[in-house]
Amino acid sequence: MTIALALVAATLYAVGTYLLLQRTLTRIVIGLALIGHGANVLLLMGGGLPGVPPLTGPDGPPAGAADPLPQALALTAIVITFGIMAFLLALAYRSWTITHDDEVEDDVEDRRLATGSARTVHDEDLDPADLIEAAGRGDPEVGS
Amino acid sequence: MTNLLAATVFLPIAGAALCLLAHGRSIVQRVISLGTVVAALLVSVGVVAAVHNDGVVVAALGGWPAPYGIVLVADMFSVLLLAVSLATVLGVLVFAIGQLEHEVEQRFFHPLYLVLTAGVSASFLTGDLFNLFVAFEMMLIASYVLLALGGRSDSVRPAMTYVVVNLLASTFFITAVALVYAATGSVNMADLAGRIADLPMGLQVALSLLLLVVFGIKAAMFPLFFWLPDSYPTAPTAITAVFAGLLTKIGVYAIIRTQTVLFGWGGDAPDPLVLFLAGATMVVGVLGAVAQDDVKRILSFHIVSQIGYMIFGLGLYTVAGLAGATLFLVHQIPVKTSLFLVGGLVEKMTGTGQLSRVGGLARRTPVTAVLFMLGALSLAGLPPFSGFFGKLALVQAGLEAERFLIVGVSLAVSILTLFSMTKIWAGAFWGLPEEDPPFEQARGEGPLQAPRLMTGATIGVIALTLGIGLSAEPLWNLSVEAAQGLVDTSGYVEAVLGTEDVATAGSAP
Repeated sequence: MTIALALVAATLYAVGTYLLLQRTLTRIVIGLALIGHGANVLLLMGGGLPGVPPLTGPDGPPAGAADPLPQALALTAIVITFGIMAFLLALAYRSWTITHDDEVEDDVEDRRLATGSARTVHDEDLDPADLIEAAGRGDPEVGS
Repeated sequence: MTNLLAATVFLPIAGAALCLLAHGRSIVQRVISLGTVVAALLVSVGVVAAVHNDGVVVAALGGWPAPYGIVLVADMFSVLLLAVSLATVLGVLVFAIGQLEHEVEQRFFHPLYLVLTAGVSASFLTGDLFNLFVAFEMMLIASYVLLALGGRSDSVRPAMTYVVVNLLASTFFITAVALVYAATGSVNMADLAGRIADLPMGLQVALSLLLLVVFGIKAAMFPLFFWLPDSYPTAPTAITAVFAGLLTKIGVYAIIRTQTVLFGWGGDAPDPLVLFLAGATMVVGVLGAVAQDDVKRILSFHIVSQIGYMIFGLGLYTVAGLAGATLFLVHQIPVKTSLFLVGGLVEKMTGTGQLSRVGGLARRTPVTAVLFMLGALSLAGLPPFSGFFGKLALVQAGLEAERFLIVGVSLAVSILTLFSMTKIWAGAFWGLPEEDPPFEQARGEGPLQAPRLMTGATIGVIALTLGIGLSAEPLWNLSVEAAQGLVDTSGYVEAVLGTEDVATAGSAP
């Protein structure tokens, strides 16, 4: 049981990390969700072996009861991650309505520094096409 | 006293709820948020006095004793930072009321700001590793929304970066909590202090490094800082200022708290890895600042650079080093905030923060110029400003520990800091006004005006930094008291786990 759970957690982390490294926003969001699930599975495993429900009566908790604390922690973590994920999706949607593009762009300021014209070029003078061209001159890989 | 301790967290939360009820009535919201922040500040100052007199104060929430219940623990290290943070929060709140357009303020600014405040208080006071995660999330969720409040195209993308990076760090945090719980069976920090010491050395180092990465991302430590200069400058100034002053510093607080209380490295030889990270953070941050042209971006890179000094104090693992780091944190929180506020004043008056497009402000707004100068000299560490004492303490501690390389690096970085501050000074305040400024407000020769409330709030925060410089001696004594509590954690552990009667059990070492 624990080995199976450990494998599940490891797979979730691995797949999540792979998706996180993509350039598409939706994949990044899904990747984060998967890593979050992996962390919750790990948290559950932290409680040790599964057992009977930890319901305390007058005689104290039954023998072989499961550890309830990691479950409580995992529930809290799930709620928090869920809330943030919803917000992140809203942001992603907002970003899509503005740019109609799901791709994560390069940082404009980085490009400005890369072109070496920080003191003369101003925001509104910058045309994204110029930036790509300028970066392409420095490093053919980036522009292509 | 113990119930009052919970009030620093409870009051802002209650205020946030009331503000939501009063949605649409700006005056009521302003009164509520100012009132709760002032009340929380007064309580925190009271707790500083109580901790100084009677030692560590513990509040067991819901009456469940540690290690089973969740506790709030106030030792000197946490309450000192809490009091300074809340004072800064108050200054920024006044500034925000002056700065934010009515429409933005209406958009749930006050409830969010109060939730942020509650998260800040809870992060400082919690004595429970998982609760620290919850407190961080409270603070971060509020900060995510504040950062993206406008929903404009230039703030959505940086907000995405910020959320993704911080969410990843939070996930690592859950991972770390899971591993710590699996290894020890507890998440109470005082309880963990004893239990982690029994673990095999390799596991201890692994857990320690994992937590260092988690909080290193939040604190923008080298090499995990890249998200910060990208996302901070896009928010309205008041919001950037409170982020700059508080959020990264709470990351540093969490690094110091976990590395000392949980892992108790104190007494061992200084850790070369931590010192290397400290030096690299300083150098990379300041070089980034030198390369930038925009006031807020320069200051954002300085946040990174100054984080290095605090990590440097931790890396020495001596009482003097940790006391230096504490004093430096106390000084950084208001100074960094005040510089961003001045940057905000410049932006408000001229319409841009780009150095190449403004100039000659010293003649047109002498007050702003003086405010900037005071903050900048303090940041660079010139006597008699607050930054000098923090850096002096760190340098002395470094020399005592015979870590000459890092001391040399920190001094060189100070000079570069001064250089980039003079760059802002020369670019924005000296020289002639731009002949053809791009923005309406900046045209002409006459004096420039910012709303009085904004200027007043900035003066208040600058006065706080000057006060820290002038009262360096008592603050240093409190910092040493805090550092002793971090190196010898027995007082902390006894106060939390000891007896019901916490007031007498936990006397400060």
